[in-house]
Amino acid sequence: MTNSLWLPALLAVPLLGALAVMVVPSSREKLAKQLGLAVSLMVFALTIAMALKFSAASGADFQFAYSLSWIPQFGVHFALGVDGIALVLVALSTSLVPVVLLAGWHDADDARGSVRGYVSLILVLEAAMIGVFAATDVFLFYVFFEAMLVPVYFLIGRYGGARRNYAAVKFLLYSLFGGLLMLASLIGLYVVSGDLTGTGTFDFTSLAALVIDPNTQKWLFAGFFIAFAIKAPLVPFHTWLPDAAAESTPGTAVLLVGVLDKVGTFGMLRYCLELFPDASRWATPLVIVLAVVSILYGALLAIGQTDIKRLIAYTSVSHFGFITLGVFVMTSQGQSGSALYMVNHGFSTAALFLIGGFLISRRGSRLIADFGGVQKVAPILAGTFLIAGMSALALPGLSSFVSEFLVLVGTFQRYPWVGVVATLGIVLAALYVLLMYQRTMTGPTPDIVEEKVHDLGGREVLAVAPLIVVMLVLGFYPKPVLDVVNPAVDRVMHAVSATDPTSQVAPVAEGTQK
Amino acid sequence: MSPFSGAVHQAAEAAPVVMPASGVFSLTWLLVALPLAGAMVLLLAGRRSNAWGHWVGVLASTASFVVAVMLFFGLLGQSTGARTQKQHLFDWIAVGKFNVPFDLRLDQLSMTFVLLITGVGTLIHIYSVGYMSHDRERRRFFAYLNLFVAAMLLLVLADNYLLLYVGWEGVGLASYLLIGFWFFKETAAVASKKAFIANRVGDVGLSLAIMLMFFTFGSVTFDGVLTDPSRASSSSLTWIGLALLLAACGKSAQFPLQSWLLDAMEGPTPVSALIHAATMVTAGVYLIVRSGAIFNATPTAQTAVIVVGAITLLMGAVIGSAKDDIKKALAGSTMSQIGYMILAAGLGPVGYAFAIFHLVVHGFFKADMFLGAGSVMHGMNDQVNMRRFGALRAVMVATWITFGAGYLAILGIPPFAGFYSKDKIIEAAFSHNTLTGLVTLVGAGVTAFYMTRLFAMTFHGEKRWADDAHPHESPMIMIAPIAVLALLSAVGGLVLNYNNALVDWLTPVTGFEEPSLSVASWVVPVTALVLVLLGAALGWLLYDGRPVPQVAPAGNLLTRAARADLYGDAVNEAVLMRPGQYLTRWLVWFDNRVVDGVVNGTAATIGGLSGRARRLQTGFVRSYALSMLGGAALVALALVLVRL
Repeated sequence: MTNSLWLPALLAVPLLGALAVMVVPSSREKLAKQLGLAVSLMVFALTIAMALKFSAASGADFQFAYSLSWIPQFGVHFALGVDGIALVLVALSTSLVPVVLLAGWHDADDARGSVRGYVSLILVLEAAMIGVFAATDVFLFYVFFEAMLVPVYFLIGRYGGARRNYAAVKFLLYSLFGGLLMLASLIGLYVVSGDLTGTGTFDFTSLAALVIDPNTQKWLFAGFFIAFAIKAPLVPFHTWLPDAAAESTPGTAVLLVGVLDKVGTFGMLRYCLELFPDASRWATPLVIVLAVVSILYGALLAIGQTDIKRLIAYTSVSHFGFITLGVFVMTSQGQSGSALYMVNHGFSTAALFLIGGFLISRRGSRLIADFGGVQKVAPILAGTFLIAGMSALALPGLSSFVSEFLVLVGTFQRYPWVGVVATLGIVLAALYVLLMYQRTMTGPTPDIVEEKVHDLGGREVLAVAPLIVVMLVLGFYPKPVLDVVNPAVDRVMHAVSATDPTSQVAPVAEGTQK
Repeated sequence: MSPFSGAVHQAAEAAPVVMPASGVFSLTWLLVALPLAGAMVLLLAGRRSNAWGHWVGVLASTASFVVAVMLFFGLLGQSTGARTQKQHLFDWIAVGKFNVPFDLRLDQLSMTFVLLITGVGTLIHIYSVGYMSHDRERRRFFAYLNLFVAAMLLLVLADNYLLLYVGWEGVGLASYLLIGFWFFKETAAVASKKAFIANRVGDVGLSLAIMLMFFTFGSVTFDGVLTDPSRASSSSLTWIGLALLLAACGKSAQFPLQSWLLDAMEGPTPVSALIHAATMVTAGVYLIVRSGAIFNATPTAQTAVIVVGAITLLMGAVIGSAKDDIKKALAGSTMSQIGYMILAAGLGPVGYAFAIFHLVVHGFFKADMFLGAGSVMHGMNDQVNMRRFGALRAVMVATWITFGAGYLAILGIPPFAGFYSKDKIIEAAFSHNTLTGLVTLVGAGVTAFYMTRLFAMTFHGEKRWADDAHPHESPMIMIAPIAVLALLSAVGGLVLNYNNALVDWLTPVTGFEEPSLSVASWVVPVTALVLVLLGAALGWLLYDGRPVPQVAPAGNLLTRAARADLYGDAVNEAVLMRPGQYLTRWLVWFDNRVVDGVVNGTAATIGGLSGRARRLQTGFVRSYALSMLGGAALVALALVLVRL
């Protein structure tokens, strides 16, 4: 097998870029930012070039495979490769990094840490995110999974808001706890693979091919699942998220909620279902209950928030409920919907956090009650915020609708009543978005808002415009994403021996003239 | 006579041939694209287009109307059975068996709507050039109007329910933006939010209906769902029907989701005319008529539709009788008239065509009257209280005459437009059962009363103007569109009824049955006319014959209830809003104190983690690196142990 160099290059460029940024003299802050932005754009261009070479019809599990023996004693490989789902998530990560750098141009200016440190941490994080989605060796996945924590910990702890230390430590301890459970399962999995085949392995494809005793599966599944449920996060493991998101800079919040947390739902789809199919089916009822609770509970809490960033964080708890639900209903619509949801949620949450961040930094307050009538003084800011909000409530015509509806329709085929309850989430979503919009953007404009809040500047428009374009384009033409995601979902469905339910009556033949 | 006018209800079963759109029909997509492009230009160009933006809006809407007329003549040129044209644009969503194309369907039903939307829409665009001329943000207004027209056209042209949903919420968004156009007014902002939320409740119904359709038929396209739906179990059909009804209730302001429409009058008056009278609020009627094949197969859902229509018809009429705000009185009337349409749609093939007939002529006369009300407000410093109007016929002659045409049309005085549709609905209702018939009959009488009250309080009687009011006639750019609508209100029904034109046109899509009545054919129209005349006489007597107090008298119990929208808001507040607020407040407390408290408490308890956490908080890189190293060592150790 020839090694493809696309993915190693994607890892190397941001890491080298981070090093380069670190050697920029600390007085040349602007240069550090420009360099960081250039590197991130280069990574994005590389991703696009790679994605264009991806073949949806190739039939291979993973494309652009690269493998290098790393720790031969334990059969650990530095093995990379992407299926359609990993590809779109890598693309999500690399497209958001330049947006985040551009939008948060001044976010690190007055922080405790240095500007070049901020930029290089983000680039290191980018590499870790690419690695975690692209790893095809479970040990390597774990390494990246843990490695992501480091830059995020410092991004929150050194560049965050007033309670940044509390938030950073809470995030770290929570994540380390999940990681520890996953590590235990990982080692168990290695042992099992040794028992079953003679030589232990961490290679994903080999592990997925194992037929593991269902009881053992349950224990191994639990370790992975809890780690992912914390990362995603699902209720009741979610309380670190509002703190972490609220205390981060908007850019960090985007990468944290928009990308990093996706590792949780990505992990459920890729690792829980494919490695432990019996246990996944066994756990399905519980997971579905957690997912539905997350949808409704997250939305209700979002409605009750008084802080813009915490509100956005809770909307994500609700959305992660939808994604998890789609994964575990074991229908192709549910799982493809979830994969697409991960991408769409990344863009729409990015827009919410960034535009919310613009608003907050102008007024110097995160409290909804401190705003009002912003639309009068900053129509572009208000308009883009409304579009982001519409994306959060999954307005048809925007990309989030396609994914949310796929999840719902996929759920309904398998569990109609769960589908009904989850659908109630769309009313709650309308409430949390429109209440926030009404309270911040409409009504009379207080003097202090009039004085402090001005409209978006060119750089800010440039940062959020691509997000809105993507939401619209994928809303009307999600085919490019669905086409690459579908084969990967078919593989997962096959692994858990699931087939889509058939309709009550046979569909009529269409497209022919009667 | 067309071949379809006999015992033709079979026409619906022998589904018309679906033609792939070619020739002139390949322009169908332009109907949606033109106003959408208008909206995009106006929103992206921003303030730079303030000077000329409104003309872009008018142009886009007019261009769409021109295309619509071309397509209409194209359809006329086709044989009756070949008037369903399908334009495939691209594959939208395809996952497993869930396959949704981006297809447009132009047939007799959607064509009728397209002409109504673009025709009335263009007139209202033109009117708005004058009405909004003093508004700094007129350009933004036209952007939203264009957006609305595009979404509404997508709604009626979609060939499957999911694409219909895009138009469905698209019009909801446009409505939200336009109700809240004067966002700096707290009341407008709240009203727009309320409309969106109520619509979202309805949208739960549409979502569930689509999921049920896929669950049942394995398809969400019109052909896939509506081709002989009786294949499916009757319980599935009933649930689909009820879910569609919920959707219709949200969009069309039917009981129990009616309360948003009265508040929606916060929007500029052209919006009330276009969206909240002539087009968007009738989308629920479209949905039910379009899904007629489903409802035909589920009498339970049909009964529910009739009940909802009947309740709303009476509620709207009662509310309309008590409101002093001219727009709110008209809004009550709109609720009531849509109640008629919904009720007719619930009757099945005997009512579908007349539901649409009434929808079209209601579009004419209600838009006419709303624009007339706008004209009055324009001349009266935006006064809406009819107790401060009176005797305006002398100073606003054109508005008076044109409004009069709408007034006679809604009353159903022959030969004005409403006569042809409302009488048929009453007949069809009687052929269903006597109670339904009586409701529609009583409704007709009350309609005559409240419309007379409105007309007399505004244009007749004594002057009750505010001191600073100097009423004057509106400019030509506003009067001309009203005049066209007034003409349509006067003769539109006659024309559409000529030779059964509209009903025969619609029959291949909707099916048709003659109502079977046990009484002679003259009984119903004559009774209806007598009741209408009685209602009108009472109205004239009370509001023209006697002076109208400038301050509303306390009124009886029913009047007070009607002024309070029959307590719709009070119920919503008591049952949904306040408990909801308590719930969210309690949950926030629960999440912060209990869920998070357990987490923090656990962390603190387990081996004094909090102490270590405090040390971590000092932020020393070294200590963190050390703990990472420790972790790595643990991993290595574990692996080695496992190997051994």
